[in-house]
Amino acid sequence: MTGDAVGVVAATTLASGVEFVEALTIVLAIGTTRGWRSTWAGVGAALVSLALITALAGYAIQSWLPEALLQLIVGTLLLIFGLQWLRKAILRSAGLKALHDEEDAFRAEVQAAREAGDERRLGLDWFAFVVSFKGVFLEGLEIVFIVITFGLNAGSIGLAVLGAAIGGVIVLSAGIALHKPLARVPENTIKFVVGVLLSTFGTFWAVEGLGWFAPDEASLRWPGGDLALLVLLALWCALALATVRLLSPRAHEAA
Amino acid sequence: MRFLAAFARFWWDFVVGDDWRIAAGVVVVLGAGALLVATTEAPDGLVAALTAVGILLVAIASIAAAARRNAS
Repeated sequence: MTGDAVGVVAATTLASGVEFVEALTIVLAIGTTRGWRSTWAGVGAALVSLALITALAGYAIQSWLPEALLQLIVGTLLLIFGLQWLRKAILRSAGLKALHDEEDAFRAEVQAAREAGDERRLGLDWFAFVVSFKGVFLEGLEIVFIVITFGLNAGSIGLAVLGAAIGGVIVLSAGIALHKPLARVPENTIKFVVGVLLSTFGTFWAVEGLGWFAPDEASLRWPGGDLALLVLLALWCALALATVRLLSPRAHEAA
Repeated sequence: MRFLAAFARFWWDFVVGDDWRIAAGVVVVLGAGALLVATTEAPDGLVAALTAVGILLVAIASIAAAARRNAS
């Protein structure tokens, strides 16, 4: 397996795992409060929509864009997306932002589900259908985004889908076995790692894509080729860990 | 019209998130890199190194600004 392939599988597995944890919390809250039939209908509709978006967007982007421009667009989006994840994870690790609490989120969803009305459409509990659809679709869209961007640039949508499926199977198996939200998953640590991976690959591909502005429109070459990925990974790790270390005392002072 | 506005708003929130400065910083740095590639014959390694440093600086500035906001 090349460095690209390992990165693709690792990033998509971890990113999909984190997003599936959040989707599972919503689905469990709605299913246990409002019943499972309409909830599963919402989950199924969301999964079908996500599969269609992945196939259509993946095909369209791959078919219409030259390689360097694809790298530039995808790298830029990954970088912006990854830096958002990394910034939040760093602030949470340093104690400057509250950690996401799945049990709190579960309680809030259950409360909302109990207080909602009893509207029925197409033979379904409409509240359960819409909330489970939106929960799975919105969390899943982030996975789709990462699968498409990583898969296209690494030249293997299949590997990216495999990574996302592994993350999903792990989380869903744990959720079915425990039948409660996965509150003990180290969500922030995983987001930290994914943020570092997205920033690393985003930087690598966006810079390669700058070659689109050269007269021959060929991708730029990093010194050392794919080995530059390891250097970038080390730089992003060092930056992330150093900022957590520097910011932690500030959080203690503010407390 | 309202649907289009909501659609655009959704994608803005989805990609740019709650701090537009990160997106703006990344676009400015990559824009400078593109200018370098288009108007000079700078070697690929130099462009890559300068752009990567610029992106790391954007990240540091964004994290520092967010830390100041969250601490105050």
